[in-house]
Amino acid sequence: MRHIISLLMENEAGALSRVAGLFSARGYNIESLTVAPTEDATLSRMTIVTTGSEDIIEQITKQLNKLVDVIKVMDLTDGRHIERELMLVKVKAVGSGREEMKRTAEIFRGRIIDVTDATYTIEMTGTGSKLDAFLEAIDPAYIIETVRTGASGIGRGERSLKV
Amino acid sequence: MFLGREKSRKATLQQDFLTETGQNDYPHRFTNDLIFCDFMEATGAEIVVRCLAEEGVEFVFGYPGGAVLNIYDEIFKQNKFKHVLVRHEQAAVHAADAYARATGRVGVALVTSGPGVTNAVTGIATAYMDSIPIVVVTGQVPTPAIGMDAFQEVDTVGITRPCVKHNFLVKDVKDLADTMKKAFHIASTGRPGPVVVDVPKDVTAHKTTFSYPETVEMRSYNPVVKGHSGQVKRAVQMLLEAKRPMIYTGGGVILGDASELLTELTRMLGYPCTNTLMGLGGYPATDRQFLGMLGMHGTYEANMAMQHCDVLLAVGARFDDRVIGNPAHFAREQRRIIHIDVDPSSISKRVRVDVPIVGDVKQVLGDIIELVRQSKEKPDAAAINAWWTQIELWRSRDCLKYNHNGAIIKPQYVVEKLWEVTKGDAFITSDVGQHQMWAAQYYKFDKPRRWINSGGLGTMGVGLPYAMGVQLAFPDAQVACITGESSIQMNIQELSTCKQYRIPVKVITLNNRYMGMVRQWQEFFYGSRYAESYMESLPDFVKLAESYGHIGMRIDKPEDVEAALKEAFSPALKERMVFMDFMTDQTENVFPMVEGGKGLSEMILAEEL
Repeated sequence: MRHIISLLMENEAGALSRVAGLFSARGYNIESLTVAPTEDATLSRMTIVTTGSEDIIEQITKQLNKLVDVIKVMDLTDGRHIERELMLVKVKAVGSGREEMKRTAEIFRGRIIDVTDATYTIEMTGTGSKLDAFLEAIDPAYIIETVRTGASGIGRGERSLKV
Repeated sequence: MFLGREKSRKATLQQDFLTETGQNDYPHRFTNDLIFCDFMEATGAEIVVRCLAEEGVEFVFGYPGGAVLNIYDEIFKQNKFKHVLVRHEQAAVHAADAYARATGRVGVALVTSGPGVTNAVTGIATAYMDSIPIVVVTGQVPTPAIGMDAFQEVDTVGITRPCVKHNFLVKDVKDLADTMKKAFHIASTGRPGPVVVDVPKDVTAHKTTFSYPETVEMRSYNPVVKGHSGQVKRAVQMLLEAKRPMIYTGGGVILGDASELLTELTRMLGYPCTNTLMGLGGYPATDRQFLGMLGMHGTYEANMAMQHCDVLLAVGARFDDRVIGNPAHFAREQRRIIHIDVDPSSISKRVRVDVPIVGDVKQVLGDIIELVRQSKEKPDAAAINAWWTQIELWRSRDCLKYNHNGAIIKPQYVVEKLWEVTKGDAFITSDVGQHQMWAAQYYKFDKPRRWINSGGLGTMGVGLPYAMGVQLAFPDAQVACITGESSIQMNIQELSTCKQYRIPVKVITLNNRYMGMVRQWQEFFYGSRYAESYMESLPDFVKLAESYGHIGMRIDKPEDVEAALKEAFSPALKERMVFMDFMTDQTENVFPMVEGGKGLSEMILAEEL
């Protein structure tokens, strides 16, 4: 099953490699991993999307907690949560396809953030599956380049991950 | 039980390490106490040395090199701790590791950058797998040279990351004292483990004011000590309801200094107890309630009781593949499991647990004993009696029986005689292989921290450096290294260190001219095709030992075994290192045996072959 694990860790050199190394050493899957400092610059917040059986996910959270630099770990999928991912996609925009592309982007609440006479660059946020759906909705022949950030997540309501 | 330790430790320090020539190790050493004054600026090298002194370190095992020369210069100027010069960095880490295993204190090793570090990695990984608290200080190229492929540069933090509890690269001398304090704290608390502190050469030269922090505050690291009281209550309830109980304990009981409480609880309940390879000595092996070691080469009674119990109390053990074999086979029998461990990730890793208790094993066992004492319920005497009848039936198979009437020395016989001659009171280190299993099966450890071996990583070559570390910690104790002719050659150079520091360990080589355990597997599973497991050009170990200035003995006949051991452990040879080469039966195998992937109750016994 797919899980989104959020964690807070000391913002120190090599911290990312400890997490990445743990996943590769123990053979856990990483679908995506995003990391950036928080409003407190000594802290990094990481979101890891992974898949595995309940036993594996339990081990993953325990092993992450065991890392000396890790302060807190939360499996967002244990409760209600919001998940967002940012995608930038550069597409061909010529002839009749140009208008069609703009309309499709609007349906998916995408924004065109760069334009040439032959291309659009579209910015889109949403869950991973929404971004997948957009890419499926347009003709693959039109796609020049895509870049995705991987998911970030946060708990709904009062649920929060804080030091 | 270690009352004599402090005294003997001081005695060693006062001896000031006389070498073979009777000279002080550092004939021109001067001690400048001024450098230990506060409020003065200190170099990074001085800070490293002063931190070690503040931690009460007795021995630093190491090997100098370019990147650590500043530190060595400061070591030369001080007399707070002894430096032990090994002949290979791997041995430095093993010796520090053994010191930690035997004393319970943090072991310390010091190596240079690059090859110094890569040589140390095997030692670090060995300590990591067995959760041994050590701090390894490593030299590093100067900070501006890092990443430039400088001479003797290696990414130490990167290369050691998967086999340390934590590691640090100190880039600013102002962080050095704090980092050293954290290193000792992290190594010795929670589930212990090795910590590497990588110090670039320029940092050892930079100056700052030195003050050693008294406490450590880390928001990201706070190991759980006290077990959850609700879970502890459930555990006690479950234990008292048991019809076929079993207590299974591992290295955590040794590391957590909980063997006295374990013994108290086990006797109070009257339940059977088994130890893992790492847990031997956790419960007195000569006690009737002890069923012997369990696992791949465990006793018939321990493995059968483990498989067929209805309530299992697991303490500081981790249900690994060498202990329970195939987890699916283990899960076939219904049983409820209580698991106490300081590391939550050890719980429900390979086996589902009914009552998990995260906490310090000593604390939790104390809480359990208290509740058992208060409880109005008592163990079901009739059920427990019936269970013991069953266990005695299993025990009557006498699975460790072997035939020693021939003209060839049986390796098991040597270990049994060693136990008799040393009155069961020696520190025993071992290497890895058949001899390790025979040592574990036939030397009955009644006390914790007496059995020093590489259980998790299974590192051949640990035996001799382990014996050195133990003997230095306990200069008056009997220390024997049970090894094989293959393992001993992996760190044989340390005979030279034994000579320099007059370390009087006794090496017991069970020489069968084979890598015995490899040969055993090849016999069983590879149609007796002994691929590369035969040592065709062994040295004359007697002459080799003599060339290092030690005593060598070769023993060929069973009737000479006891006399030779008595001589080696006689007062006349107390100060001497003795290398004993026992020519043992080449075809002897370790039994019982659970094949890889098989279940615990699917043992092969000696009589069946």
